[in-house]
Amino acid sequence: MTDYLILRVTAKFLIPLILLMGLYVQFHGELGPGGGFQAGVIFSAGLILYALVFGLYRLTQSIPVFVLKVLSSLGVLLFAGTGVVTMLLGGEFLNYNLLAENAVTGQHLGIFLVELGVGITVASTMLLIFAVFADQEGHD
Amino acid sequence: MSYETQLIVVILLPLVVAPVCYVVPSPRVAWLLTLATAMSCFLIAVQLLLAVLDGGGFSYHLGGWAPPVGIEYRLDVFAAFVLLVLTAIFLVCQLYAGSLTGKSGIKEIPLAIAPTFFAATLLCISGLMGIVVTGDVFNLFVFLEIASLATYAMISLGRQRRALTAAFQYLVLGTIGATFFLIGVGLLYAETGTLNMQEMSTLMPELVDRRTTFTGMTFVIIGLALKLAVFPLHLWLPNAYTEAPSVVTALLAGTSTKVAFYALVRMTVSVFGLETIADTPLPLILLIVGALAVIVTSAQAILQVNIKRLLAYSSVAQIGYMVIGVGLLTVEGLTAGFVHLFNHALTKTGLFMAVGIMLLNTVDAKLPSVAGLGRRMPWTSAAVVITAFSLVGIPGTAGFISKWALLDAAMAQEAYFIAGVIVIGSLLACIYLLRLLDVMYFRAPEKVSEHMPDETLTVPFPMITALWVLAIACLWFGLFTEHSLSVAKLAATNIMGVQ
Repeated sequence: MTDYLILRVTAKFLIPLILLMGLYVQFHGELGPGGGFQAGVIFSAGLILYALVFGLYRLTQSIPVFVLKVLSSLGVLLFAGTGVVTMLLGGEFLNYNLLAENAVTGQHLGIFLVELGVGITVASTMLLIFAVFADQEGHD
Repeated sequence: MSYETQLIVVILLPLVVAPVCYVVPSPRVAWLLTLATAMSCFLIAVQLLLAVLDGGGFSYHLGGWAPPVGIEYRLDVFAAFVLLVLTAIFLVCQLYAGSLTGKSGIKEIPLAIAPTFFAATLLCISGLMGIVVTGDVFNLFVFLEIASLATYAMISLGRQRRALTAAFQYLVLGTIGATFFLIGVGLLYAETGTLNMQEMSTLMPELVDRRTTFTGMTFVIIGLALKLAVFPLHLWLPNAYTEAPSVVTALLAGTSTKVAFYALVRMTVSVFGLETIADTPLPLILLIVGALAVIVTSAQAILQVNIKRLLAYSSVAQIGYMVIGVGLLTVEGLTAGFVHLFNHALTKTGLFMAVGIMLLNTVDAKLPSVAGLGRRMPWTSAAVVITAFSLVGIPGTAGFISKWALLDAAMAQEAYFIAGVIVIGSLLACIYLLRLLDVMYFRAPEKVSEHMPDETLTVPFPMITALWVLAIACLWFGLFTEHSLSVAKLAATNIMGVQ
């Protein structure tokens, strides 16, 4: 791969900021604009930028495809699991009120967990889609 | 578990097992998980139907938010009836799919992606069941998308590369359908201010004369008609059914279009209301496109050489019969439509399964390739005969009951033209299925090619069991109609709000 110095340096500077922005949108989601979906897309955009500049191989070395698959399932299970826990606590599916002593904290916690699940799934699925398409040149 | 809890569990169970299946390394384990899920869903659906027949409908409030603000899942007789059909077909199809993972190795779906395939089927059935139980029009759209996305993935697993084109074509048209539905929902929301089906139906009569409402209704109906593959909008269906793996085709033929039909009836009859749509040209349009579907696509089926495509065109024709049932706007018409939904799900799923088994031993899916299989595969061929008779509507099979009911409903309305269409459609069905049976039983194999194994015919045990369960069901519900017919009648009277 040709070495583009400017691209490499700018990417190295930008990637941490993009990831930080992703985390901010994720964890501030229930208070301000944002949420799991947006955060997941931003976070994965940072990692995709890394793969574009430094090669897919180095990305899949640090995050193997199998881990991405597990993460994408884990997010869904976290979402559904939150709902199942509220059912086990005696309420309806996704009735967050029961997750904590008082209802407001419960709602906070519930939304936080559900959005975390969404964020994990969206980020890992975006990376999976990217990996599948970027990995094709060797096969045809 | 209370019935309300079971209502959410039946949707949730496949949704939770799907991601687990996706990461399970062993195809066998993924299949067992899926089969266990299918079994549980079926048992829950049986219980729910019994509960509804016993004590009337009930609803579940998601997240503890009361409707009309929160999302509500609502079960009435019609919903419970369709839910039972879905879970039953899903269970039988999963039994059939067991051969995909076995040691005999039916290479219809590569073993490496079999867990993904099972995850997709689970997501698909979860979405379809969600459409059936939800009482919220936007939630219906969400479930429609879940089911559709899983379906596109399943169709693209077909062996030939043409499957990708078929899946993409369905993706484009399916997305257009879903978008139309969403635009319609948006317009109706702007007019009524609610997404809850029950509240919307109470507000509808006053708002019907407004142009926005009418436009919204039109968008919703056309979007669902595209998903249902009603006659002029059916172009995606033959390709998708032909190119998909046979287990996927069998599953889709018994579930996907049936749920789209459910959604169409739910939106028109119970949300828009009977009086509302009686004033619009909709019933007439439904009768016309239904009649055209029966005649034109049956005729097209006669011209097909590919067996799966032949059956796919026949599916479009059968959708025509169901649509005619709705267009008649009577309890008898709807009853006939619902019974046909049930009977056709059994019949067509069985036929596609039988074709799938035959194709394991042929070069391709063309008609001449199955020549002589009647002698070489007696059990599979006998099942083809039973299900084919049921599709035509020979007395003693399930298909006869629903066609007779439809004929009866048409005669009661003095719609002699429709009655004539039904008779002609059955005769056309007779022609295309007799062509198939003729080649299977009375033609000698033209040439034994090297691709065709002579003696070692593969008829995996799970596949033939699943097929015969459906074939026997076709006979059973043709001889003992009190259950299917009475539940359908109850569903029809219930949804029309008359006694």
